[in-house]
Amino acid sequence: MDIKTHQPTVPPTPAAPAPAAPRDKRAARGATRPGDRIFLGLSRGSGIFVLALMAAIAVFLTYRASIALSENEANFFTSFEWNPSGVPPKFGVAVLAFGTVVSSIIAMAIAVPIAVGIALFITHYAPRRLGGPIAYVIDLLAAVPSIVYGLWGALVLVPHLEGLYGWLDDYLGWTGVFEWNDGAPRSLFTVGILLAIMILPIITNVSREVFRQVPRMHEEAALALGATRWEVIRMSVLPFGRSGVISASMLGLGRALGETMAVAMVLSSSFDINASLLDTGGGTFAQNIASKFNEATVTGRDALIASGLVLFVITLLVNGAARMIIARRKEYSGANA
Amino acid sequence: MTHATLSPQRSSLRGATLPKWFAWAVAAGSVVAGLGISAAAGLHSDIQWALIAALLFVFGSYGISAKVEGRRQARDRTATSLVWVAFILAVIPLASLVWETLKRGVKVLDGYFLTHSMGVVADTEPGGGIYHAILGTLQQVGLATLISVPVGVLTAIYLVEYGRGRLAKAVTFFVDVMTGIPSIVAGLFILSLWILILDMGYSGFAGAMALSILMIPVVVRSTEEMLKLVPNELREASLALGVPKWRTILKVVLPTSIGGITTGIMLAIARITGETAPVLLLVWGTNFINSNPFSDPQASLPMYIYLQYANSGGYGAAYDRAWAAALTLIAFIMILNLVARGIARWKAPKTGR
Amino acid sequence: MAKRIDVSGLNAYYGSFLAIEDISMTVEPRSVTAFIGPSGCGKSTFLRTLNRMHEVTPGGRVEGKVLLDDENLYGSGIDPVAVRREVGMVFQRPNPFPTMSVYDNVAAGLRLNGKYKKSELDDIVEKSLKGANLWNEVKDRLNKPGSGLSGGQQQRLCIARAIAVEPNVLLMDEPCSALDPISTLAIEDLIGELKERFTIVIVTHNMQQAARVSDRTAFFNLAAVGQPGKLIEIDDTERIFSNPSVQATEDYISGRFG
Repeated sequence: MDIKTHQPTVPPTPAAPAPAAPRDKRAARGATRPGDRIFLGLSRGSGIFVLALMAAIAVFLTYRASIALSENEANFFTSFEWNPSGVPPKFGVAVLAFGTVVSSIIAMAIAVPIAVGIALFITHYAPRRLGGPIAYVIDLLAAVPSIVYGLWGALVLVPHLEGLYGWLDDYLGWTGVFEWNDGAPRSLFTVGILLAIMILPIITNVSREVFRQVPRMHEEAALALGATRWEVIRMSVLPFGRSGVISASMLGLGRALGETMAVAMVLSSSFDINASLLDTGGGTFAQNIASKFNEATVTGRDALIASGLVLFVITLLVNGAARMIIARRKEYSGANA
Repeated sequence: MTHATLSPQRSSLRGATLPKWFAWAVAAGSVVAGLGISAAAGLHSDIQWALIAALLFVFGSYGISAKVEGRRQARDRTATSLVWVAFILAVIPLASLVWETLKRGVKVLDGYFLTHSMGVVADTEPGGGIYHAILGTLQQVGLATLISVPVGVLTAIYLVEYGRGRLAKAVTFFVDVMTGIPSIVAGLFILSLWILILDMGYSGFAGAMALSILMIPVVVRSTEEMLKLVPNELREASLALGVPKWRTILKVVLPTSIGGITTGIMLAIARITGETAPVLLLVWGTNFINSNPFSDPQASLPMYIYLQYANSGGYGAAYDRAWAAALTLIAFIMILNLVARGIARWKAPKTGR
Repeated sequence: MAKRIDVSGLNAYYGSFLAIEDISMTVEPRSVTAFIGPSGCGKSTFLRTLNRMHEVTPGGRVEGKVLLDDENLYGSGIDPVAVRREVGMVFQRPNPFPTMSVYDNVAAGLRLNGKYKKSELDDIVEKSLKGANLWNEVKDRLNKPGSGLSGGQQQRLCIARAIAVEPNVLLMDEPCSALDPISTLAIEDLIGELKERFTIVIVTHNMQQAARVSDRTAFFNLAAVGQPGKLIEIDDTERIFSNPSVQATEDYISGRFG
């Protein structure tokens, strides 16, 4: 039973007779067989295809966007107008950028703390027998398509929000931001709430996975110092999980920025910017594309493609930032765990 | 001994502790108070009394606990109550989503609904069904799968089995980038290439191409993970027997990881089945049955939901159909998910937790 | 500050599995008591019942009494958090908080327990690091991450962290098993110094270590795999290693089994 008796009985590792060097040589020689050559060609070809596809996406979107931009008589980034089929065509994305950013910020502000809370609930607070099934169900909810969230949002959530809107107007209306003029609650604020509900499962899942991986010994270190459960979480769980939570949030943010149908179904859009979040109006990149597409002319479509290109660039930046944060954090918090 | 002064305070290991039912009592009290305040002030929304109750619960338990047990315990309790509140806050909308879809979906969901199209039914009238939409969805998703699986699996094989150097790094990077493409952008790309530049018409196939852009990175990622799990000893054993590398991959590596790869592919299918935006741009939608995905507009389940909602004119019949279609869609996706997870569990190495 | 530990009739479970059965012993203040025995005999489990860490393991449950100077740790109304504050613990693998600096690691326990002035905190950190024989090695890098130290330094950092809150008892769960011989020696020397101030209980796999550092030694054994571990005997270390009263102890010490 003792370690001492274990050591001599350990058999020589079976992998020992096949060290790495001969394998590489074999692989190199193997590549000259016709079968190997074809197979390598196919798989490398697929890789190249993926690269070509990405290049094509960038090139064709830019090409169509440039056609539209060359006809545009307004400033593409600052104009509040969207009239690409007018004579002369005038359109700009300022309203869309505002709506996209605002609704995503609201969504993140609501979803991230709650998601972290649920993740902690599953890993550290819920009774053990409850935690597993809850995690499983939330996992499944992440697969519910956005169109269903949109339907639910438009037909169930919106009617339920009137009370909250009135309330915000009563108590916070003086700020201007929460002023409500009794329209249907189909504003950017509602969009933010719906987006929050939509991205909740994905942020929860990733955070939960990270919290579950916190080494037991770090938690025990805090416990042994006489830390309460919350102090254990603050001292060892949250620092360890921070980069994971950030990347989870960025994943959620990416979804919120690009969400189309749910926004299109809930938002009562118009091409202007309201000081109040509770008043209808505004729009997002993706929603605008879906809503305007049907009646768009050729220039109109190219204009929509141009706005899609902006959305594409924004999501690329968000994803890139997320990856950089994770890469930088890794050295520090992963440590010698 | 600067901190010896502390010792008298902690001469005892006993702190005043509130009983176990304390949290439940405060929760019940908060709910009652929340309801009471709402009733008194004439508030109508469930959201309002729930928020009042949640606030009362968090602050109430902090206040009482801070008085009786001390600041540290109170803070611990606050964290606990916040976590519970977060959980309940999240459960309500998610449960409502599932419940409403079930409740409203079963109204018109029957055999007739599944086997008929909307061909002779106006959007505002009751009747009709989703046969054309199911057909379209199956064809579009099937085509997307046919495109994505070979490309995705082969790319993953390249990355794991061959990939070294700059090309592999570039592919890895751009697969990552591709994962983050919003679905509407994928739709716009096919729109600009296929429809605006090549001047092809709207069709199920155009939608399938956009869907495969969304599906390929998911397949690559999951397949990559699975291939990495195959132990190197297995490859070496096969190579050492003089089996060529490509046969080793086909006969040893892939069969070992086929369960996980299947799971990944099924989850990817589940993900694109619900995509609406690219389908809306490229397949256009129709009320009639079109069994040829390569020409003319088709329908699809998610788009059907959207069109029923958008064209309802406020009539309940269209909403009922939208809910029923949503229920069908969710059921299909959930079955795919459950089967995929079942396969993963069944094929998982026995060393798992 | 050191306190006496009196254990009587203690059983510990993992779910329905009885891991250790009916253990009674006394641990004297200002002494080092070593627990030895074959793997799986429950000595680490027993150690973790002394600061109520056993119950944080899923399914962990304890019956019986552990008196810390007449106060039962398992009595009703006892706050396990307060217990762990009084009974410090050092683990098998060094586990400094990876995101905290050396300084913050040592101060971690203090910051939980109240507000200190910066100068007070500085004093205690310095004193604790000196107490753990680590001050000279880290005084120039107090603000570097604790995970950047060597394994032996990390373990002494963990000891400094544990003694900074001035516990009554210090539990050590195989503190040297992950360390090289030189670091091990440093820790053993340190244990000799610390027993002037604390009651120390150490679990060790290494019998020479038990013989070197401890005043009293307790031998644990189990009848067979799946059976609960039991305390076979506890006596002065010298007696245990020269003339134990139970045959099984002698067999184990002379290497005849285990």
